[in-house]
Amino acid sequence: MTVITGIGVVTPTGNTTAEHWAATLRAESALARVRRFDPSGYRCQVAGEAPAFDPAEHLPSRLIPQTDHMTKLALIAAKAALADAGIDPADLPRYGAGVVTAATGGGYEFGQRELQKMWALGPEHVSAYQSFAWFYAVNTGQISIRHGLRGPGGVAVADQSGALQAVAMARRQLRKGTPVMLTGAVDSALCPWGWVAMQVSGELSPRPEPDRAYRPFDADAQGWVPGEGGAILVLENDTTKPHYAHIAGHASTYGEALVDAIRLCLVDADVAPEDVGVVFADGAGVPSRDAVEAAAITAVFGPAGVPVTVPKTMTGRLLSGGAAVDLATAALALRHQVIPPTVNVTRPVPELDLVLDRPRPGSIGSALVLSSGPGGFHEAVLLTRPKECMTC
Amino acid sequence: MSPQMAGESEAMVVLQERRVALTGIGVLAPGGIGRKAYWDLLTAGRTATRRLSHFDPSPCRSKIAGECDFDPLAHQLSPQEVRRLDRAAQFAVVAAREAITDAGLEDCDTAALRRGVSLGCAVGTTTSLEREYVVSSNAGRQWLVDQAYAVPQLYDYFIPSSMAGELAREIGARGPVSLVSTGCTSGIDAVGNGFDLIREGACDIVLAGGTEAPLSPITYACFDAIRATCPRNDDPEHASRPFDRTRNGLVLAEGCAVVVLEEYEHARRRGAPMYAEVTGHAMRCNAYHMTGLTDGGEEMATAIAAALDQSRLNPDEVAYVNAHGSSTKQNDRHETAAFKRSLGEHAYRVPVSSIKSMIGHSLGAIGALEVAACALAIDDGVIPPTANLHEPDPECDLDYVPITAREQPVDVVVSVGSGFGGFQSAIVLTAPDRVPR
Repeated sequence: MTVITGIGVVTPTGNTTAEHWAATLRAESALARVRRFDPSGYRCQVAGEAPAFDPAEHLPSRLIPQTDHMTKLALIAAKAALADAGIDPADLPRYGAGVVTAATGGGYEFGQRELQKMWALGPEHVSAYQSFAWFYAVNTGQISIRHGLRGPGGVAVADQSGALQAVAMARRQLRKGTPVMLTGAVDSALCPWGWVAMQVSGELSPRPEPDRAYRPFDADAQGWVPGEGGAILVLENDTTKPHYAHIAGHASTYGEALVDAIRLCLVDADVAPEDVGVVFADGAGVPSRDAVEAAAITAVFGPAGVPVTVPKTMTGRLLSGGAAVDLATAALALRHQVIPPTVNVTRPVPELDLVLDRPRPGSIGSALVLSSGPGGFHEAVLLTRPKECMTC
Repeated sequence: MSPQMAGESEAMVVLQERRVALTGIGVLAPGGIGRKAYWDLLTAGRTATRRLSHFDPSPCRSKIAGECDFDPLAHQLSPQEVRRLDRAAQFAVVAAREAITDAGLEDCDTAALRRGVSLGCAVGTTTSLEREYVVSSNAGRQWLVDQAYAVPQLYDYFIPSSMAGELAREIGARGPVSLVSTGCTSGIDAVGNGFDLIREGACDIVLAGGTEAPLSPITYACFDAIRATCPRNDDPEHASRPFDRTRNGLVLAEGCAVVVLEEYEHARRRGAPMYAEVTGHAMRCNAYHMTGLTDGGEEMATAIAAALDQSRLNPDEVAYVNAHGSSTKQNDRHETAAFKRSLGEHAYRVPVSSIKSMIGHSLGAIGALEVAACALAIDDGVIPPTANLHEPDPECDLDYVPITAREQPVDVVVSVGSGFGGFQSAIVLTAPDRVPR
């Protein structure tokens, strides 16, 4: 059985797992007007930016000029995840650890800078690092190289849902015999070129007030807010090690099939709906997509049949990183037996039992994490609490 | 056998129940659109590389490309599809339609939730993104790009899984849909992912493949910057020369292949002809360098061994090796070492060839084009040659099938790839009637 033995989180609410979890329980939103560039000329203005950090404190100097911002964040998260799992890859067999990450647009800010050099100055000014710094596989490659992970390497791109596909791909490699897999996603496209691309999805919130811009399942929902960051998890098939949770089930569907993803995931996990303690909803904040998700949750669990939460209301949607953070947060919720809240929702839809504004303690045996993208990709992962803790 | 490979065998006992047949092929390649034109080109040993014509290549160090002569309207794409889809997505849709027809899936009633997509692509919609960037930034004059010039397709260009979504609509899939993007092993790994989805029971049919249309100024600029591409600009037809002493870089190309993967019994029940069976796939990382390769080829050798092990085949049963053969000195020596390490003495006997000598290197598509070529080799009993191989590199001392195709029965094929990021992948195909031991 696949378990989560290590977590590394870098989100707008904190550059470490502990900071992220503490801020989440305090219901502290990190959404604010964009600072990375001047958003005045754009229709949308609010984002969740990762806290500023000095790359030199975290990364070898060689890696700094060759990596996009999101790759720097990914390398910080991966190192933290391995440390949290108590793993030094040098102690593992030569091919004993691999890595599968998800991506959306790749290293977009790096790419915009090189495109600008190309067109403003000429092709001879393009960095030699451009050939790999922006492409979708960069985080997997850099994590593998930094930590000597020679096992299977993979990259999933599935709109904003890729992280949970990556988890399923990593679980497959564990089943095929690799003892340790790193997985998840860390992402950012907080540069003007990425911003404009996200705006044309038609789903970004135009509201300038940070506490009103992203309100999933609210009568006043007007779209989502982009953020940056993500999580890297260490997965192992060793249930004797201390672990946060089991990856008990997964399903992946496309198109008008979110409800099928939920049902197939529960079948894969062999868990009944009534045994699910909390749903980490995708929470697009787009009225039509919220309605589809609320209907899918209600169809499986009944009206207000399960607590539902969207902690990403505090971070914004981290592209492919969002579902990875939800998985990390859900694992922490199982460990600490408390459901983190959803913030800024004042007029929730009546059919969901949304956990609003403050954490809700309880006995939580399992957590369902959902993710979707505007392109129609749906993923569901069910986490269950370690057996030995069921009675604590 | 290493401990982790032993673990792989054990797990296989549980997972090997479901077998995977390859029942349809669609191809769009330099020198030929459609699988027949493609196979004619490869078996004739003709090259399709030429001077780059998509844009003025005069500022580029390498001015050569494997280009597809592709008119989307002539291939039944609608005007709206042409407007909506990046060139790489157009390729994928056209190849998917050919593959679906070839497999006879039009009337198949398999449930939508049992159908999936696994498309490989390394650099996404680069061409469209660069074109739109130039307008929105006014040719790089504005860091704050102008939202008024953002086209409605920009979000789909931004996240290339939109291309996998297009294929989901083509095959009516509501099951798992994914874009696999492991650099230049994307095409192999996407087929491998589709193979696993069927084996694991998540799907009965997967449209799998790879597509790439990367021939834009920024691509040439960044490959020029690392001097990975071939500057033999006075002789573009013979520029891609894997395993030849005079080779000096890869030839960038575009193209696409899509195959239909199908659960074996599912295919047999509906009487679908099979080109091949997919029996093993493995990925490893070199954990060494984003663009460099290790000397001994150990990681690729390990991937080959794992894929053969999953297939329950011995190295000496391999009848053909489809090489990565990217036409760089580093690669050719790396994989020659990897073949010797994984296949032992048999490496000197088995035919090895690189079709990149004819169609260039289409990054995330080429692995799927090579899988398609392997399936056609099994089906037709012909091994495509390595074109342009006149002066063998003394350090590359295997049988690379120079210049001329070889007619001989092919029942077990290994195809390999290496990619930026350190990715090393191998996939195994067998003749469909070859019962695994």
